[in-house]
Amino acid sequence: LARLLSTLAVLEQRDGKLQNSSLSAIAAAQKLGGPVTAFVAGKGVKGTSAAEAAKIKGLDKVVSVDNEAYEKGLPENYAPLLVENIKKGEYTHIIAGHSAFGKSLLPRVAALLDVQQVSDITGIESEDTFVRPIYAGNAILTVQSTDPTKVITVRGTAFQGVETEGGSAEIVEGVDPNTPAQTEWVSEELAKSERPDLATASRVVSGGRGLKSKEEFDRVIVPLADTLGAAIGASRAAVDSGFADNSLQVGQTGKNVAPQLYLCAGISGAIQHLAGMKDSKVIAAINKDADAPIFQVADVGLVGDLFEKVPELTEKLKSQA
Amino acid sequence: QETCGLRILVPVKRVIDYAIKPRINKAKTGVETTGVKHSLNPFDELSVEEAVRLRDRKDSPLKVENILALSAGGPKTPDVLRTAMAMGADRAFHVDAPDSGLEPLTVAKMLKEVVSRENINLVLLGKQAIDGDQGQTGQMLAGLLGWPQATQASKVDIKDAEGTVEVTHEVDGGVETLRAKLPMVITTDLRLNEPRYATLPNIMKAKKKPLEKKTLADFGVEDKRRLKTLKVTEPEARQGGGKVEDVDGLIGKLKELGAL
Repeated sequence: LARLLSTLAVLEQRDGKLQNSSLSAIAAAQKLGGPVTAFVAGKGVKGTSAAEAAKIKGLDKVVSVDNEAYEKGLPENYAPLLVENIKKGEYTHIIAGHSAFGKSLLPRVAALLDVQQVSDITGIESEDTFVRPIYAGNAILTVQSTDPTKVITVRGTAFQGVETEGGSAEIVEGVDPNTPAQTEWVSEELAKSERPDLATASRVVSGGRGLKSKEEFDRVIVPLADTLGAAIGASRAAVDSGFADNSLQVGQTGKNVAPQLYLCAGISGAIQHLAGMKDSKVIAAINKDADAPIFQVADVGLVGDLFEKVPELTEKLKSQA
Repeated sequence: QETCGLRILVPVKRVIDYAIKPRINKAKTGVETTGVKHSLNPFDELSVEEAVRLRDRKDSPLKVENILALSAGGPKTPDVLRTAMAMGADRAFHVDAPDSGLEPLTVAKMLKEVVSRENINLVLLGKQAIDGDQGQTGQMLAGLLGWPQATQASKVDIKDAEGTVEVTHEVDGGVETLRAKLPMVITTDLRLNEPRYATLPNIMKAKKKPLEKKTLADFGVEDKRRLKTLKVTEPEARQGGGKVEDVDGLIGKLKELGAL
């Protein structure tokens, strides 16, 4: 007899605040149907991120583990923690966002449960059948999992629309196996930014190798992004050449974005890059090569020198605002 | 745990070359692979390179004793193993397996056995293979072994003769640095290094390096599938909307499309 479907959404939190990938995990969990439990662990989370999660509409309950040892989400102790709580809750589905946190943690959990994970899904056909892009999004795979427990990471841009207010889920204490972490967290360097988060921004302005240098990238791309209130993205070529930080990379090996507007300059449109942005609502491209593949997907293309056209665009948008 | 030297395992995969646009096969069960150019998975090039650089580092507190490259796949798999050896790996295992590829959990179980038999203390893998885009094998292996892991590494630093390793790795919005003790599993990301080209003399030398053929049974694993492919289809095609003459045209069109 099939167990009743019951899903655990693994939430990512940082300094007591839920991260966007958490909402995608919950959105996907809700799409499956059946009760959804959220899981959150870290330093003092009961009063912060667990309370935030409890307000999300449609959650059955929130399992929280208050322990500083889990604050950095180190998979060596977080995976055994999750496994204990999964076993206790007898969940049929375990879902996390396909963020750095989810990508690093969930396969370790899956291995401990002896389950073959399904990564980075963009669609749910039924409780055991999922859709995911392969080959940099050049093919779409529909796959059925025969494992008794489904361990899944979800693509953020494909699962949205969670109501963050109006819920009143009960917060319950999770089990804490207190497995020691084998890695020590030393430090972090995060790019400080007032800009919207790249993965969830409604507008993205992106630059490529055509910008020629970091100075030019900053001089040309940043003012346009400021004018549009957009996040900044970059192609792998721009990142490899040191024009932009790796965390801004859009594409198969970087971030996937699906904003209302994706405006790019100096990007030829290699398949690797298209993989990360072709689900954008409107794509606009400025490139001096009229035959660049980017024009095959762009809703609107302008052939020209980006060093002239982008500043002109920025000025005209500014004066119209 | 005896350290005294690094015994590195570098699992690599033969995949359709990154520059080629894959085509779906007629049966809609996968992509067409016959007659299509294949190469070493780009992230695996980074891990082979890193292993070789660990050996080249003259001031390293731990010397590299041996670099073992391993790949599972069909009859053409030795091509990528020869590439890895031309880059500097000392020896290779070719595990006979279907060209369709094994599931990551199966690979992880196989690698666990290889690690124990070959007395490996550092496994360097790519963060993902560009065909399946799953990004699981390294983390699964670390979990099965109960070893520390560092994914998406951009810097690997062996700190002392006791095997303390510091890894800087990519996280959302920046980088994070972790410290752990060998044995350890590390997966590689783009900024880690720039892989060398295999030179002709090294390609010739690589032909003489030992390449052993193995089977899954040698490592006590079966090709058991948990995931069933129902279909593989083309992504929804996106139609370009044509070009405009100037910046005013661009703004006009974006307004028309409701993007401004």
